[in-house]
Amino acid sequence: MPVIVADSVEHALAALTEHPDATVLAGGTDLMVEVNDGRRIPSQVIAVGRVAELAGIRVDGHTQGATIVIGAAATFARLERGTVAELAPALAYAARTVGSPQIRNAATIGGNLATASPAGDSLPVLVALGATLEVAGPDGRRRIPINEFFTGPKRSALAPGELVVAVHVPVRRGPQDYLKVGVRNAMVIAVASLAIAVDLEAHSVGVGLGSVGPTPLAAPDACEWIADRARWDTDHVTVDPGDATEFADRVAAAARPIDDHRGTAEYRRNAVRVMAGRALRRCAR
Amino acid sequence: MSEAYVLHVNGEEYAVADAWLGESLLYVLRERLGFPGAKAGCEQGECGSCSVLVDGVLVCACLVLAASAVDAEIVTVEGLQPAERGAMSDVQRAFVETGAVQCGFCTPGLIMAVHALLDQDPEPSDLVVREAISGNLCRCTGYGRILEAVEVAARRRSGGPDGAGAGGARGPGR
Repeated sequence: MPVIVADSVEHALAALTEHPDATVLAGGTDLMVEVNDGRRIPSQVIAVGRVAELAGIRVDGHTQGATIVIGAAATFARLERGTVAELAPALAYAARTVGSPQIRNAATIGGNLATASPAGDSLPVLVALGATLEVAGPDGRRRIPINEFFTGPKRSALAPGELVVAVHVPVRRGPQDYLKVGVRNAMVIAVASLAIAVDLEAHSVGVGLGSVGPTPLAAPDACEWIADRARWDTDHVTVDPGDATEFADRVAAAARPIDDHRGTAEYRRNAVRVMAGRALRRCAR
Repeated sequence: MSEAYVLHVNGEEYAVADAWLGESLLYVLRERLGFPGAKAGCEQGECGSCSVLVDGVLVCACLVLAASAVDAEIVTVEGLQPAERGAMSDVQRAFVETGAVQCGFCTPGLIMAVHALLDQDPEPSDLVVREAISGNLCRCTGYGRILEAVEVAARRRSGGPDGAGAGGARGPGR
């Protein structure tokens, strides 16, 4: 049967073992574009979008140190509201910028990860929040930190026979934001994007960058620098205006943009600088 | 070739035989099952002209692998109409009355999007309406009369005054 509609993770993994060259189908919003265009001709498809285990969104642990476990087949429409909007607002903001309602109803966070496009909208947020992926394969399950997952444009550490089953997102108490530059508001692929997450418990700042490098990027030097310079209180963080400017420059230095049909490297680096400064000023006093 | 499979469309079962496995739901609906209501525009999820409901969820039929939609309830624009030939759904009637249909290519997709919206949110705000139809491109109307049609349909569903007289009015410029 050339299209296997999996009903469990085990079923999908067994099918992948039996058909190592099979194409895994989740929401279809990336794959079917290539198929319709004749750029991809699958000989065997394993559909994972209806696996119940992959659809769940749950919270593990207590308020401090809690983790949101998002099943790989959770659609962006479900990330826009509810638990995710409450506990990881930047992820909900990013979800709302994906495609159109029709796309968000189909596209999944697992698909965004497995496709591993540098422009994937959820990816900078997962970098900023320090998420961990849970993948399943013939030898069992393993965890991959988000900053080790992307190995190049549309390339990831996912081994043959492995599936993304969930993403574990730490709940961070503090302001978050997601900014995206594109040619219009709806239906746009990011020319550059930036996620920020301030953690008022850990006194840390996380940043993720999209569409400005071969993979989604972090900006650890800028983040450590500003976390040291900032003044931390229980319910807010304060940053000097000059430090915000310096932070923006340091984040821009972490970008590795190229010229392409959506924008130039110079424009992208500047966009990152502007977004970083704006995001920090929104999150800090 | 894919093995034969069965799709549930507008409440009926249809067998699909001798299909290529990569065929989209849009292709199968239009070319194999005789449902030409969903339109093939961009075939990359950008234009919304092929919008259908799969298990009650609005999606682009062009991005659904047909053979993966077995066991799902698919509703196309043809399935919205009452049984009498030539009858229209309330949203379709509102579109006709307000002049929200020009060339008509985007109309079936927009009708599906508006049904999906009003079934979830019978009294949507202007912003919610704009967001709900943001995935449906219309190059004729400028959207004014489409927004007006949604308003008319919503008002009637909530039992408000009949909006039929608004047919000649300009689209909302607010």
